[in-house]
Amino acid sequence: MNDMSNDSYVTEDGRTIGGVVMEMKNITLRFGGVKAITDISFDIREGEIRAIIGPNGAGKSSMLNVISGFYVPQEGEVWYKGRKRPPMKPYEVAQQGIARTFQNIALFEGMTVLDNVMTGRIRQMQAGLLSQALWRGKAEREEIENRAQVEKIIDFLEIQHIRKTPVGRLPYGLKKRVELARALAAEPSILLLDEPMAGMNVEEKEDMSRFILDVNDEFGTTIALIEHDMGVVMDLSDRVVVMDYGKKIGDGTPSEVRSNQAVIDAYLGVAHD
Amino acid sequence: MLYREAGDFKTSYAKDNQTFPIKFDRVGYYVALIVAFLVIPFVINDYWANAILLPFLIYAIAALGLNILVGYCGQVSLGTGGFMAVGAYASYKLMTAFPDVSIFFHVILSGGVTAIVCVLFGLPSLRIKGFYLAVATLAAQFFLVWLFNRVPWFYNYSASGQINAPERTVFGIEVTGPNAEAWATYLFSLVFLVASALIARNLTRGMAGRKWMAIRDMDIAAEIIGVSPLKAKISAFAVSGFFVGISGALFFAVYLGAAEAGDSFGITKSFLVLFMIIIGGLGSIFGSFAGAAFLVLLPVVLKVVGVDWLGWPTDIVAHLQLVIVGGLIIMFLILEPHGLAQLWRVTKQKLRLWPFPH
Repeated sequence: MNDMSNDSYVTEDGRTIGGVVMEMKNITLRFGGVKAITDISFDIREGEIRAIIGPNGAGKSSMLNVISGFYVPQEGEVWYKGRKRPPMKPYEVAQQGIARTFQNIALFEGMTVLDNVMTGRIRQMQAGLLSQALWRGKAEREEIENRAQVEKIIDFLEIQHIRKTPVGRLPYGLKKRVELARALAAEPSILLLDEPMAGMNVEEKEDMSRFILDVNDEFGTTIALIEHDMGVVMDLSDRVVVMDYGKKIGDGTPSEVRSNQAVIDAYLGVAHD
Repeated sequence: MLYREAGDFKTSYAKDNQTFPIKFDRVGYYVALIVAFLVIPFVINDYWANAILLPFLIYAIAALGLNILVGYCGQVSLGTGGFMAVGAYASYKLMTAFPDVSIFFHVILSGGVTAIVCVLFGLPSLRIKGFYLAVATLAAQFFLVWLFNRVPWFYNYSASGQINAPERTVFGIEVTGPNAEAWATYLFSLVFLVASALIARNLTRGMAGRKWMAIRDMDIAAEIIGVSPLKAKISAFAVSGFFVGISGALFFAVYLGAAEAGDSFGITKSFLVLFMIIIGGLGSIFGSFAGAAFLVLLPVVLKVVGVDWLGWPTDIVAHLQLVIVGGLIIMFLILEPHGLAQLWRVTKQKLRLWPFPH
């Protein structure tokens, strides 16, 4: 399954996985003398849930930051939708349809949940300043159309009751959900989730897993996620990349990765009996 | 009991988005507009216009402008006085160069000129934040005042170095110069304030406002979700400069009549407007009004109470005012960083449930 062919296939649970939508080719990222990522290549296919796992400091978040344009790798190429991506600013990457959430929640604390999620629609709202100043024409129309879309996402993630609450007042689990809502509002073609379940209890993890699966299922959104909970990763993802000390040590389906000796040594470990 | 949203169902997103979602507020707003436009002009006299109403209207425009920059976009500016001076000198140059064009357009154009200057001095904000940006805008303040004092072209080579507002009319009624009637200057300024407030409100409730607030709350996250920091910050500086420029033009042309950059638009003016939005409430349209009203009324009230009623010497009262303003700033920063607007919000929240809070 890990061949570089571009054919689509159907998973066991009946979802169609399309061709390669993003490909990382020989990415190397250095901070001064420190190599955060060394010569890593992998691809993300349309409609799949792709996990990146590895021990702390393996370079997973750096990898996500490379994808979202926050870091520019010294070597290697990022191919997106069949085209090589020139170096660009993070907001330009976002405008191409790549949305993300953060390990440490990065919401706009002073704004309401609704405003936070509406900000995610930035790509869809292009009215000029003058139209907005007068609240006539395009600006007003856009505001109402996009509000309707945003309300769908708010319904979907079950956060209707906190719509007008300032985000700063929300508990951690809800903030994570609002952040997901903001990323989803952009209708991204790739959604990057950096540890969506960090610091959650089992129940919250189950909720979040369900949301991730539903998002993938209902909107067909391609998802790349970093997660430490192996149970979650193995259950959710179609394919897994394993990193250790900035190098790729495994890539394949959850079952392939689980039986990979290098992965077991570096990360999974063995049960002591 | 009237102050309820229960039973007032919103059936469309447009209605849910409106500025005053509660009917009582909505009615109050229209009543305030009617009083401001149809009642006050008939009862106004020179003292009220010059001591309270004109400064309030004009400072409220400046506070709106600064609040967009500082309160909404999080970019600190200490250059308000300088930018008001740009508005004033731009309107002076325009009024003297094109005497046939209505002063109405001169004031708007002065806003435009100030917007451009403000953007120019706002460019460093792309690289620096917080204190450092404050210092950069402080430099703008001193540079602009120096410029208007030193380059005679700006004051048309007048011997005194002052600029004097020529007499100009709107619909045949004088609004500038010594013969302008109180009600005319009041109405002229009021039109600009109402228009500015509506524009500010529309911008801040829409996508522009969200971009500004996103930059204010977390600039990195804002950039990651697609906000261009350059465009967001520059647009905030431009809109802010536009309002501040209009207020500067009105301050000079309608209120003062004659001005000199250092005296009328010095650093104290920058701080005064900044104090207005801190006391009134950062990131709130209502706060800009409340802060302007508060700092315009405070000296008047102190004078009436201290000098007229208690018979204290004038200088003691003037010093007392400084002490009170300083104390209030510290108090607000510690106790209620969101200012009078937040106190008002809490009151409204309580009113909604009154008299049965449980």
